[in-house]
Amino acid sequence: MKKVLVDLTIREVEQLNATCVLLLMTAESPLPAVLPGQFAELRIDGTPTVMLRRPISIHSFSPEKNEIGFLVQLVGDGTRWLGNLKAGDKVNTLLPLGNGFTLPTDKNANLLLVGGGVGSAPLYYLAEELKRGGYNFTLLIGARSAKDLYRRDAYEALGRVEYTTEDGTLGQKGYVTNHTVLGEKFTQIYTCGPKPMMLSVAKYARENNVPCEVSLENKMACGLGACLCCVEDTKEGHKCVCTDGPVFSIDELKW
Amino acid sequence: MVKTDVKIGGLNLKNPVLTASGTFGYGIEFADFVDLNKLGGFIVKGTTLNHREGNPYPRSAETPMGMLNAVGLQNKGVDYFASNIYPQLKDFDTNVIVNVSGACIEDYVACAEKVAALDKIPAIELNISCPNVKQGGMAFGVQAASAAEVVSAVRKAYPKTLIVKLSPNVTDITEIARAVEGAGADSVSLINTLLGMAIDSEKRRPLLSTITGGMSGPAVKPIALRMVWQVAKAVKIPVVGIGGITTGSDAVEFLLAGASAIEVGTANFMNPAVTGEIVDYIEDYLVRHKMNSIDELIGALEV
Repeated sequence: MKKVLVDLTIREVEQLNATCVLLLMTAESPLPAVLPGQFAELRIDGTPTVMLRRPISIHSFSPEKNEIGFLVQLVGDGTRWLGNLKAGDKVNTLLPLGNGFTLPTDKNANLLLVGGGVGSAPLYYLAEELKRGGYNFTLLIGARSAKDLYRRDAYEALGRVEYTTEDGTLGQKGYVTNHTVLGEKFTQIYTCGPKPMMLSVAKYARENNVPCEVSLENKMACGLGACLCCVEDTKEGHKCVCTDGPVFSIDELKW
Repeated sequence: MVKTDVKIGGLNLKNPVLTASGTFGYGIEFADFVDLNKLGGFIVKGTTLNHREGNPYPRSAETPMGMLNAVGLQNKGVDYFASNIYPQLKDFDTNVIVNVSGACIEDYVACAEKVAALDKIPAIELNISCPNVKQGGMAFGVQAASAAEVVSAVRKAYPKTLIVKLSPNVTDITEIARAVEGAGADSVSLINTLLGMAIDSEKRRPLLSTITGGMSGPAVKPIALRMVWQVAKAVKIPVVGIGGITTGSDAVEFLLAGASAIEVGTANFMNPAVTGEIVDYIEDYLVRHKMNSIDELIGALEV
């Protein structure tokens, strides 16, 4: 897929909770096609401690509105700069990057999407595409507490959503891997979230013989497979998360 | 039309803009952003005789206006390069240069011989300065005698243009530059990364798996510029300037300091289109300053 370097203009900034914002952006010309699970590298301007672009997963994408959404967790100087942007501001962006999730070929597939906290961001666009394709899917989202879950109405508008919270403030109390929905029969799992959660999901998938794709995250520089900084140690040696991933089948990983 | 071409040994560059090894992959990763044929050339990823997995993750850490890396020369080896990558590169209308690294003199020589057999590769850049592998070249590059020894062995085996990439992690870089010039190098390129370190104070752990790594980016530019200026005065062979070049005016500064060509490195991560922009800037600079040829710019620093 052809990658572009484009100045995106912020249409809307929505503060979702204390540490998370949704940035909806557009471009003067039509945005390139984007696959669920791909990401972008956003340039951070005017912040002396930040030189490198920040890799951010694509949360939503609408060719009709020519709009792309990024869900940004405010963790450091770079993401805080993004969080302070206002409508009309511009962000130089490199996209689309990475491989994306593999969509099922079987229309009767029963799919499970497991997200943890802000890590569930790319699953929203995946769910949008699955809904558009008429697939049967369940979203299972886990968080520490109900207040850490964002855009619940938007997720619920796409289909069936189940929740777990560690403090029991929403859905079933505990971790995603303890949820009773896992007693159902699924044919494919997609997951993104904190690594311990993804490891547990991968274990469940192996034990139940269900194919599973995970979206990894690590420190990146170029985003283009050139610098070889963002490697994951796979069964076939070091692979770049930015170009060989960020989505990997668990069969490729040493998990 | 201003004259922007420069000569490095037997190598003719249409302009002085090259890319630094390890920051530009095999060039093709950047083809969506830069017309590769517009560049003076590009220097591909450090290549060794045998496959190398490189160092464990984490391999990079951002630092103020710079970064550390400890990739450790991950590559699939020169034979893989020759059969799988070279066919994709050989038809570009620019100079594709291979950065050659090794753990011992025999490996450097064997790797250089294999690259010499590739018709469309007119030059190698000999990496005697990688700080990220235990026997990774830097051991050769920090002593004049060992630097001369490896260069002289490769010189005998490699008939085309031989550029030697120098380490800044030395007491006197001009001494090493003169030693490799004496051993038959056609050119020296400098600087490779500066040995550095970063710590996560909360976790009380180093940020790199290897503890120390190579520092690059805009923060190193003043050091690189000073070393290029010193080396350009100390040797007769052309100097290729590297270190924190991020804008066209950075590139012009290195040319003024005496570099005949420059390599753009870490800036490719900040702006993948930057190399093409630097080519345009230099041409525009020559016009603005009423120079007919880039030769009027090289070493033209007024002191």
